[in-house]
Amino acid sequence: MNDLTDKIIAGDIRAIARGISLAESGQPEAVELLKDLYPHTGRAYLIGITGPPGGGKSTLVDKLIKIYREQKKKVGVLAVDPTSPFSGGAILGDRVRMQKHATDEGVYIRSMGSRGHLGGLALATSDAAKILDAAGYDIVIFETVGIGQSEVEVAGRVDTTVLVTVPGLGDDVQVLKAGTMEIADIFAINKADREGTERCVIELEQLLSVKEMDENTFLPPIIQTIAKDNQGTAELTGAIEKHRDYLNSGGRLAEKRKKRIQDEVHTIITNQLDKWAALRLTHDMETRENLDDIYSKKTDPYTVAGDIIKELQI
Amino acid sequence: MPNKIRILIAKPGLDGHDRGAKYIARALRDAGFEVIYTGLRQTPEAIAAAAVQEDVQWVGLSCLSGAHNSLFPRVVQLLKEKNAPDIKVFGGGVIPADDIPGLKAAGIKEIFTPGTSSQQVVDYINQN
Ligand code: B12
Ligand SMILES: Nc1nc2c(ncn2[C@@H]2O[C@H](COP(=O)(O)OP(=O)(O)OP(=O)(O)O)[C@@H](O)[C@H]2O)c(=O)[nH]1
Ligand SMILES: [Mg+2]
Repeated sequence: MNDLTDKIIAGDIRAIARGISLAESGQPEAVELLKDLYPHTGRAYLIGITGPPGGGKSTLVDKLIKIYREQKKKVGVLAVDPTSPFSGGAILGDRVRMQKHATDEGVYIRSMGSRGHLGGLALATSDAAKILDAAGYDIVIFETVGIGQSEVEVAGRVDTTVLVTVPGLGDDVQVLKAGTMEIADIFAINKADREGTERCVIELEQLLSVKEMDENTFLPPIIQTIAKDNQGTAELTGAIEKHRDYLNSGGRLAEKRKKRIQDEVHTIITNQLDKWAALRLTHDMETRENLDDIYSKKTDPYTVAGDIIKELQI
Repeated sequence: MPNKIRILIAKPGLDGHDRGAKYIARALRDAGFEVIYTGLRQTPEAIAAAAVQEDVQWVGLSCLSGAHNSLFPRVVQLLKEKNAPDIKVFGGGVIPADDIPGLKAAGIKEIFTPGTSSQQVVDYINQN
């Protein structure tokens, strides 16, 4: 166990910040750090805030921080913004809306660039959450990039997922229909000061009414919020609390987290296999020749891949 | 992947001129850096705290109101107090040439005044 681990567990801000950078860098030391910290994780409750660009996610997170701080909880925020695929750079601006909490010792806010990772989060976001968990943060909030119709990764990474939507997106719930709808434990219709809120609520209710239900299903509540005026936000944290209670009964939280662990182990395996395969295909002379043989039809991709996989002895 | 260079761009004090700060933020993004933008009207305390949480290598301050002589050194001082003297502070804005030596003596690494091209700033970061 090294110095950085101890300092993170003691809640040292600089150490936490360094640890997250290490996790983002993907260096081997990061894995060592995460292994050491792992026994200290599991206490934090993880909340995901996702939704279309500009929907008010950061503004909403700012208000959630305020409410949780009034409850004396320590809050960590991981706010992801897109990295430019052209330059690899990013302007991370979520923090602007939350900056009033910057000097509160009980709040840690970290902006993350997606760095080419698809799915709405950064590759290291879950690792960063573990670091905050081990450091004693009670609540960790993930803010995704502004999502379209396919970025649903967050739901598999957190305990409660809040899907933020806004009225007046043309066909209001179009975005939701196309696959993101299922990930919501709670719907927040933000900018409820705008025209079309009623219609948005009705359409959502209609969509939900066709959802298959039994006594075990949690019916996602629809909460209207005006984040910029701090309205409906107490109702939102109330709904999050209800969902948490639901998960806590009947071992559902454990079940959900075990599923997450399975996904995580799966991801670690596929990532390592992916790296191994990439290296194997680019650096081995014989394989390079085999690839040429595929081109000249002496063999085929399936045989060559099969032979390489045999080396793994599975 | 080596550590990406992260830079916090902040506007201390009551100054509302943010064109320069945004221009620099975009230029740094386009040069491949991760820029954390904190918005207008920040206290030196909030800037220093954000810099530590964000684990940046650089803090870039922008000031056009004339208050740079008190605000810039204060950020350097607070970073020291937060056990983060390695985070480098630089800045720009409407800053009289006569003030620059004093700012540098107070620990601000470099000052860029109106007319600076984005390339000059990018080159500076890459070289330091
Ligand atoms: C545009 C402007 C405004 C706009 C601002 C719009 C906005 N959102 O930014 C408006 C009209 C709102 C405005 C208002 C005021 N303004 Co005005 N404004 C200007 C003006 C004409 C240009 C500034 C600008 O945008 N330049 C373009 C950008 C790209 O340049 P820049 O900011 O200088 O940035 C460059 C460098 O300085 C450097 N840089 C800047 N920041 C940083 C940061 C880092 C990290 C780095 C590396 C580099 C860097 O790189 C940039 C690229 O070269 C200047 C005069 C001038 N020539 O500078 C006056 C000026 C800044 N304003 C001035 C004043 C007095 C005011 C007001 C108080 C006027 C009033 N009485 O109401 C108000 C106050 C507003 C407020 N709330 O603070 C004075 C300030 C005097 C002083 N410092 O002593 C100036 C200098 C005019 C003057 N000669 O008197 N203003
Ligand atoms: N009218 C109205 N505007 C709001 C409300 N909440 C937030 N906004 C505004 O919406 C804009 C975007 O807010 P953000 O909180 O940055 O939205 P976001 O979803 O985090 O944006 P990205 O992270 O860029 O996707 C800001 O100008 C907010 O002030 C609201 O309830 N009503
Ligand atoms: Mg945001």
